[in-house]
Amino acid sequence: MLLNDEVEILRRVLLFSGIEPAKLKLLAFTSERINFAEGQSLMRQGEMGNTAYLILSGEADVLVDAGGGPVRVANVGRNSLVGEMAILRDQPRTATVTAATEVETLKITKESFFQLIEDSPKIAVEMMRILVKRLETTTIDLTEARAKLRAAGIAE
Amino acid sequence: MDPSIFRYIWRYSRNSQIVVLALVLGSLPFYFLMLDLPRKIVNGPIQGTGFEAAGASAAFMKFTIAVPGFLQQFFGAARLSLFEGYQMERIPYLFALSSFLLLLVAVNGVFKLQINTLKGRMGERTLRRLRYQLFDRVLRFPTIHVRKVRQAEVASMIKDEVEPLGGFIGDAFVQPAFLGGQAITALLFILIQSFWLGLVAGAIVLVQAFIIPKLRRRILELGRERQLAARHLAGRVGEVVEGALEIHAHDTSHYERAEITGRLGHIFLLRFEIYRRKFQVKFLNNTLAQVTPFIFYSVGGYFAIKGSMDIGQLVAALVAYKELPSPVKELIDWDQQRLDVQIKYESIITQFNPEGMIAPELQDPDRHEPAPLSGMLTASRIMLEDDAGLKLLDGASFSFDASSHVAITGPAGGGQEYLGLVLARLIFPTSGKLSIGGRDMALLPEAVTGRRMSYAGSDSILFPRSVRDNLLYGLMHRPLTLPVIFDENPGREALEQSEIRRSGNSVFDLRADWIDYTAAGSQGPYDIDNQIAAVLDVVQMREDVYQLGLRGCINPADHASLAENILRARTELLEMLKDPVYGALVEPFDPGQYNRNATLSENLLFGTAIGGAFITASLIENEYFQTILDETSLTADLIRMGLTIAETMVELFADIAPGHPFFEQFSFITAEDLPEYQEIVKRAARLGLEFLPESDRRQLAALPLDYSEARHRLGLIDAPVQGRILEVRRKFSAGLPAKYKQAIEFYDPKKYNSAASLLDNILFGRIVYGQAEAQSRIGALINEVVSQLNLRWEIFRVGLNFNAGGRGRLLTGIQRQKLALAKAILKRPDLLVVSDAISLLDARAQQQIFHNVKNYSEGRGLIWIGGQLDLSQDFDQILVVEEGKIVEQGKFGDLSLNGKHLPQLLAAG
Repeated sequence: MLLNDEVEILRRVLLFSGIEPAKLKLLAFTSERINFAEGQSLMRQGEMGNTAYLILSGEADVLVDAGGGPVRVANVGRNSLVGEMAILRDQPRTATVTAATEVETLKITKESFFQLIEDSPKIAVEMMRILVKRLETTTIDLTEARAKLRAAGIAE
Repeated sequence: MDPSIFRYIWRYSRNSQIVVLALVLGSLPFYFLMLDLPRKIVNGPIQGTGFEAAGASAAFMKFTIAVPGFLQQFFGAARLSLFEGYQMERIPYLFALSSFLLLLVAVNGVFKLQINTLKGRMGERTLRRLRYQLFDRVLRFPTIHVRKVRQAEVASMIKDEVEPLGGFIGDAFVQPAFLGGQAITALLFILIQSFWLGLVAGAIVLVQAFIIPKLRRRILELGRERQLAARHLAGRVGEVVEGALEIHAHDTSHYERAEITGRLGHIFLLRFEIYRRKFQVKFLNNTLAQVTPFIFYSVGGYFAIKGSMDIGQLVAALVAYKELPSPVKELIDWDQQRLDVQIKYESIITQFNPEGMIAPELQDPDRHEPAPLSGMLTASRIMLEDDAGLKLLDGASFSFDASSHVAITGPAGGGQEYLGLVLARLIFPTSGKLSIGGRDMALLPEAVTGRRMSYAGSDSILFPRSVRDNLLYGLMHRPLTLPVIFDENPGREALEQSEIRRSGNSVFDLRADWIDYTAAGSQGPYDIDNQIAAVLDVVQMREDVYQLGLRGCINPADHASLAENILRARTELLEMLKDPVYGALVEPFDPGQYNRNATLSENLLFGTAIGGAFITASLIENEYFQTILDETSLTADLIRMGLTIAETMVELFADIAPGHPFFEQFSFITAEDLPEYQEIVKRAARLGLEFLPESDRRQLAALPLDYSEARHRLGLIDAPVQGRILEVRRKFSAGLPAKYKQAIEFYDPKKYNSAASLLDNILFGRIVYGQAEAQSRIGALINEVVSQLNLRWEIFRVGLNFNAGGRGRLLTGIQRQKLALAKAILKRPDLLVVSDAISLLDARAQQQIFHNVKNYSEGRGLIWIGGQLDLSQDFDQILVVEEGKIVEQGKFGDLSLNGKHLPQLLAAG
């Protein structure tokens, strides 16, 4: 796959839509292409990291270990960005991501990503929208979970 | 050291000075003769005095001496003739006298040559001694003082500032004697010719000699200021270089620029003022010198006309006077130099005379003791104050068995690190007494403290030598064998030895084997690496050294069997890579295949460049390389690829600020060159590639050399281009001219490549880009091969040759700490002081190394300072230090239950 093909894929990612192709090309050029075999981990929960991965092809499982062993919480595929939280804030990874098939990725470093935001403030707004949406989902989940717990008589 | 430079010089070069002074004295009669001869020539043959009669002759070289009055009776004459001389006619007499003058000039010249040579040697010898003594003093500086010293200043003092002293040493006594002798001789001569002229000449000389030095005094003071300013400048520059990281971290480069600007301005004003005054003095000097001829011509001429002086005398007086100003001027110069040098000398001496210098007896190399240190280590009321009078240790008293294991702990800033330095006798306490086995530790020679004891601190320094030599450094106390001399040159050897004696330098020969193998528990040079490996195991650094070895290069001529085994490892690895899981991770070098994961220049050269001829940066300029490219018509490909790269770079990096790390990391074109390439890209669009100027084509052709298809993914290299690349590769090696044979080592599957690392030789290919964990998995595979073939030991030994770099900077901080600790334990000290020496390591590694060191020190003394508190429970005793005092001493169990301070520390930690 050539640089220009990667740019095509990047354009189809929601977060990057509407960004000049030249900027996406810079992002692709300054990012390393990394392939994972089935079963290899892109990142592990609890480890420090400052890179995100854009999945170019294949599928990966997102696993979270809350103390009782890893639990699969999502499955991500082509055009998904994983690990971007670590770019925005220096913190340990909140989940493990493992390749479910052979996975082709673009490894995006913090520097490249921030360069992109600097160039196109639009992406920051887009990023906010995504995060807010995620927060919304999380809040709804939390409310539901609390309701269930209350119904079961476990919580206050 | 002597407070006066004259006394210093006299003390160390008395005999040579006397010889030279004798030579100077011996030269003066000849000088007088040389002055007198012009008179004889003018009066005799030229003016014809004594040749009035035809055929008259004069006696050449007639030698008479005046007979004192009371003996005249006895000899019957006022002058006694010793040699009647040769009778000569007027013209031959003229030539004889002139030739004699020439001879005298030559004799005086030879005297001067001899005197100057001897002076020079004397000066250099004494300078060597002075430098050595200053360095010797640096080695005896009290440790606490060393911390305050600016290294650059000390170095510049020993190196530069003593230099003018060296020039002066030869002149110190000889110059005034020589010049003074000449001046007095000349003056005397003029006085003999004419009393009045002599008086005038003398008067002017006196004026010069008194006024000018007074004017120069201010220049000297300025010179001293300038010296101080320059020294501080050197120190400051040293600090800036040292603190480069701080400067970048806080963007203070402009502050530093301004700071240095201020200093340079100060120095400029000083120098300019000196310059101005110098030329004022010169002006005065010249004027005075020019006034005298006026007096000589007028007054001397008047005397000559009146007949109270003959023409010969006048000419001779003029010649003598012409000789006079230069000695006088040089004498004045000497006097100025004397003051200048004395000031410099004093200012240097005071710097090298700190309080508390270590006495030379304590460094006597012969005072080592075979018996181990043992008994009780007792401290009573140890006080340690810094220069400001701050109490670092405040009456610490304790006692424990020197062969036991003791932990010293306490809150940060409590003074534990100073206690460690005092216990290792690296700092002498201000007051109080420390004794071991009943002996006062302050009196123990370094031959005991530095061999029977050992210290590892948190900031131990490594030298720019190999890892092995850094480790062995702790065993090199004095030469233990006769020197091994390779290219013997008896004459030179004897000269060197005699000069060493004459300048009081060290008589120890660096070429001898200094390593005390016995102390490390080894038999000799052949098995010391075993001991080294053992101590590296203690500090968990053997693997690191092995890795350094893998990345090191060897000369197959010296390591024939290793090189052979590496080739076997290459074959084994290739076999293992047949497994598709691993095969996908490595692309081996194949002479007949294009390597996607290597750069274009690697693919073209297919070898490692040695030296400058074929390095990538200037490869395109190489005329041989160009011929091959043109022959295969790859040049056009390169230009086309270069254009694509240039277009991409211009597109991607146009908006990136110059200096952005992206340029360094990713761009093929530097920020400075980008506008130029922008123009080239525009021209190419307008004119087409073929019509681009040659310089543009050249610039474009250089771009793709670093290009790697797998990494950069621009799709530039298709199958036909690959074919041409392979053709270049073949032709390049086949037709390589003889002058380039040493400039490249080709990749040959059957040959060891001495320019590449061991690792690259085993791998013989490139790890494929973009495969997760490829690096570590192939690393593991290579490890396996190396173990199978039993090469670990040999590779480890190659790693021991790795040069640590200045201050050990080529190693990581953790490696430096480990190495410093290993150095401290290699000599198996009776008492080992470890003071926060592995602070950079993580908790688990600290714990493991701690246990290793403790086991290693079984039966010998160990003092462990700082570090993790929970480790201290394994010690025989714990000392808790707070505010420079020992507040608690005992076993961990007791103190943690019943103590007051340790439980507090444990709770806080």
